Amino acid sequence: MSVENIFTKEELARYNRHIIIPGFGMEAQLKLKAAKVLVIGSGGLGSPVLLYLAAAGVGTLGIVDFDVVDDSNLQRQVIFGVDSIGKPKVEAAKQRLEALNPHLKVILHSTHINSDNALDIIRDYDVVADGTDNFPTRYLVNDACLLLDKPNVYASIFQFDGQVSVFNYVDANGNRGPNYRDLYPTPPPPGLVPSCAEGGVLGVLPGIIGCMQASEVIKVITGVGETLSGRFFTFDALQFETRTFRIKKRDDNPVSGKNPTITELIDYEQFCGMRAVEEKPLKEVTVRELYDMQVKGEPYQLIDVREPHEYQIVNIGGELMPLSTISGHADDIAHDRKVVVHCKVGGRSAKAIRELEEKYGYNNLYNLKGGILAYIEEVDPQLTKY
Amino acid sequence: MATIIIPTPLRKFTNNTARLQIREGTVGESIKELTTNFPDLKKHLLDETGGIRSFVNVFVGDEDIRDLQQEHTEVRADTVVSIIPAIAGGVRDQAIVLNNIKF
Repeated sequence: MSVENIFTKEELARYNRHIIIPGFGMEAQLKLKAAKVLVIGSGGLGSPVLLYLAAAGVGTLGIVDFDVVDDSNLQRQVIFGVDSIGKPKVEAAKQRLEALNPHLKVILHSTHINSDNALDIIRDYDVVADGTDNFPTRYLVNDACLLLDKPNVYASIFQFDGQVSVFNYVDANGNRGPNYRDLYPTPPPPGLVPSCAEGGVLGVLPGIIGCMQASEVIKVITGVGETLSGRFFTFDALQFETRTFRIKKRDDNPVSGKNPTITELIDYEQFCGMRAVEEKPLKEVTVRELYDMQVKGEPYQLIDVREPHEYQIVNIGGELMPLSTISGHADDIAHDRKVVVHCKVGGRSAKAIRELEEKYGYNNLYNLKGGILAYIEEVDPQLTKY
Repeated sequence: MATIIIPTPLRKFTNNTARLQIREGTVGESIKELTTNFPDLKKHLLDETGGIRSFVNVFVGDEDIRDLQQEHTEVRADTVVSIIPAIAGGVRDQAIVLNNIKF
């Protein structure tokens, strides 16, 4: 089949700056057109990955995301605009991508990726770009790619730090590179590593790291250049420091090592220790119950365990005791009445309660379900959301 | 003196210092010196048995210490030791996702 049968005149004009690159050329552009790439997560990392892969002429892009666009996404998720707010992310992303490049096919997976559906979702794609935001899904995507023999272009961000690598890539000589379990055999226990909700992320960072991820996807598809397989790139935006480390396959890898013990997808929530935490539920109050307590004038103490700068943005009159200092506040926390503890969405306040219960034996602490964001949503929408 | 680079999430425990000077010796001794000077780092770097946590990677130069002599890997005057913990950010608020996630 001739090039003219594959590319329209418009496409040939569109991809001209690729086609004229020595060592890339028409051959690489044809491979991009034929490629099917699955982008897992259409948020901070997924935004630049999808935009650049669409612009570059990847023929088929799959998007996995279950979420809807929220105004707090727009600080970094540049695929969305104000008119996307409230829409399912996959739908809003598809609209933007088709406006950018009408020659591509976009396939939507508006679902949580999990152990039941991951293999079916990933199976039909050539390359996976993992831009998810939690450890269970990272290990799930890694293992699914190993079981299905797919390369997994990995990127991850937190605050000012980014990481990129290419996992399970088979080079031109048939050598297979390491994977996520070779790099990090086990995840951190829940609670030790703060989430982006608590720790935040510099908005431009996923743009930088996501573009590197897109670049690696293009290299994996086209075979041009040396991918990051067997190497692990890190970027510290605060110091502007980049480092590239060597990583190797490990014989004791439970999926790809010498004696595999994992031959099918497992329960990744349990693997990451989240099930155990959930088995010990905390006492909770809903924002509606808190509001009723306020209206009725019931005696209670309200504690806010967020950081001072968050308190400055918005507060609901709680006593500020940041999570990192909570143990030092034991004398300030009542034993004789209900104590409601809150943070932004409920994660840090849960940690504070567990710490206080463990150290001081409190039994009157209640976690505010959904945190101050739920309070603003349901009780006082006039307050500032962040 | 050798150099040890602290990742940004842990710099709040080192007075926001990114690079620290450490004595020559071994990686194990470097980590011990670090956690003695900054005790709050300990639970983030070491497990209950005093070993380096498996989600915290330590590199000497470009190499993972697991490919060298683990904690016994030599730290010389010109050595740069990097601590790189696992991070999982990408899309949205992790706490929210974990409440919704179904496996």
